[in-house]
Amino acid sequence: MISVENLHIDLGEFHLKDISLDVEKNEFFIIMGPSGSGKTILLETIAGLVQPKAGCIKIGTEDITHLPPEKRGISIVYQDYALFPHLTVVENIRYGLHFNKEDKAAGESRLRELLMLLNLEGLEKRYPETLSGGEQQRVAMARALVVNPQILLLDEPLSALDPRLREEFRLLLKQLQKRTTATILMVTHDFSEALALGGRGAVMNAGRIEQMGSMEDIFQRPKSTMVADFVGMKNLFAVTIDYEIAHIGDLQVHLGRGYSNGEHFIAIRPEDIVLSAEQLHSSMRNSFNGQIVQIISQGFYYEIHIVVGKVIFCALVTKGALLEMDLQEGREIFLFFKSTAIHTF
Amino acid sequence: MMRKDFFFWGTIACAVTVMAFITLPLIQLLTAPSLVMLKETIVDKDVLNSIVLSLSAAGIAALISFVLGTPLAYLLARHEFRGKRLVEGIIDLPIIIPHPVVGIAILSVTGRNHWFGQLLSEWGIRIMGSVTGIITVMTFVAIPFYIKAAKEGFDAVSPRLENVSRSLGASMTSTFFRITFPLAWRSMLAGIIMASARAISEFGAVVIVAYHPMIAPVMIYERFETYGLKYSQPVAVWLIGICLVLFLVLRILTTKQKRPA
Repeated sequence: MISVENLHIDLGEFHLKDISLDVEKNEFFIIMGPSGSGKTILLETIAGLVQPKAGCIKIGTEDITHLPPEKRGISIVYQDYALFPHLTVVENIRYGLHFNKEDKAAGESRLRELLMLLNLEGLEKRYPETLSGGEQQRVAMARALVVNPQILLLDEPLSALDPRLREEFRLLLKQLQKRTTATILMVTHDFSEALALGGRGAVMNAGRIEQMGSMEDIFQRPKSTMVADFVGMKNLFAVTIDYEIAHIGDLQVHLGRGYSNGEHFIAIRPEDIVLSAEQLHSSMRNSFNGQIVQIISQGFYYEIHIVVGKVIFCALVTKGALLEMDLQEGREIFLFFKSTAIHTF
Repeated sequence: MMRKDFFFWGTIACAVTVMAFITLPLIQLLTAPSLVMLKETIVDKDVLNSIVLSLSAAGIAALISFVLGTPLAYLLARHEFRGKRLVEGIIDLPIIIPHPVVGIAILSVTGRNHWFGQLLSEWGIRIMGSVTGIITVMTFVAIPFYIKAAKEGFDAVSPRLENVSRSLGASMTSTFFRITFPLAWRSMLAGIIMASARAISEFGAVVIVAYHPMIAPVMIYERFETYGLKYSQPVAVWLIGICLVLFLVLRILTTKQKRPA
């Protein structure tokens, strides 16, 4: 549907290098990465608002690299919504219909449908400054969808919402995707948000795409330390591998299968590390005895930092488990993880 | 506490001094002429003509600033380019240059010894001692004020609004007239008011390019030189009065109305 080939963008001090993407029709594709990695610029380039230095953008077989934004059929919703402050809700939503060549009645009927679907009825005559964040968000979505775009670009649509509205909006996004034919490209700096929305995605860093694939793949099999860190793999270690054994300093970790000898990285998700007050006799091949050095509250979960020799592991436990096992800083504890929980790269 | 009091009263004292410095001479000027004198002055055809010429020439200068300055202000607000600081510096020049120098500079380029002056002469355009000359000088000194105000207005409109508009199918021209202009027009109008005010108050440059036809400040100067302070005051009062009323009306018209929530 949309393909980006070897895109280079040069904006003074900011550069995007060699960006290539392929997004299928009606797909929900997520572009992730830390702030300043170039995600929004990439969206703006796809929308035609920024001209690339090299490379091309195609919709189907049509090369749209030099097509002006108004002729692309690509709508964009910004993080700050960018509602027109001098127009009412309904004037904002109707804005794109002025330039649409299709039947006026069809546009108006879609407008009514969107007002209902996005729960905006009754707000038609209000001005954006009088709306809540969630309402502004929905108006921006309606305005983008009323023109029946081929592609919908969403720039961090959830970041300005509180957690309850975020959940609601996630559901709404899924619902919208089923109802429209638009291909959706969404940008986020929050991996958990991307994971919740599923689909395929790409991780960007410093103007490049680090990894692209299914969310599951990126989550389970990060290809670089940056991606591993971004997807929340806290236990990331530089290791020397000797076939099946990874050495982290004096510590030996069983990998379960052979790898090429040499310098590598291993990563273990904190939720894959099991804690116990006593030695367990289980199938888990890696077991260590350590001391709790820090306990950090993460809302419903607690991060337990355990020092084993000179290495610090991070495990995640529920509040219930924390109280049950009487975990306290300074306490000795056993930690275990399966070989299959180790990701090597 | 003592220090805070000292600071507070110090600021108040400075503020009062500045206010008095500005208002005292103006109040004295406005109250000096008698009503009879004021009436006699305004029925004088020469005075009336000079005020009308001042206002109309300044209005045209502001209009020219609006037409030519708007695209430049937009360009400066939206684009980064090599030499932008130089362009901004050039725009500031008319504010810095002494006023008579402006008049001399304009005469030197529009005179018969310059190719541009010869070109104008071929087209039948006369600068020296003409209304065209007055408008040219006024535009020269007024345009920086308009460009600065309009640029501030454009700066305050998020480029994202324009981006969204274009992604929804609007061309750049449609976007400008439907989004940018409705959001920036107050600043543009403020710029027009500033430019007109600057143009009306110009004396030094105009007097070199065109002593006749006489604009109001030149007439005030002439009356002061020929007949003295008392005779020049009523013209000044009328000029100030008319300008104040005009600007006040424009300000009221452009004051943002609060929208009901």
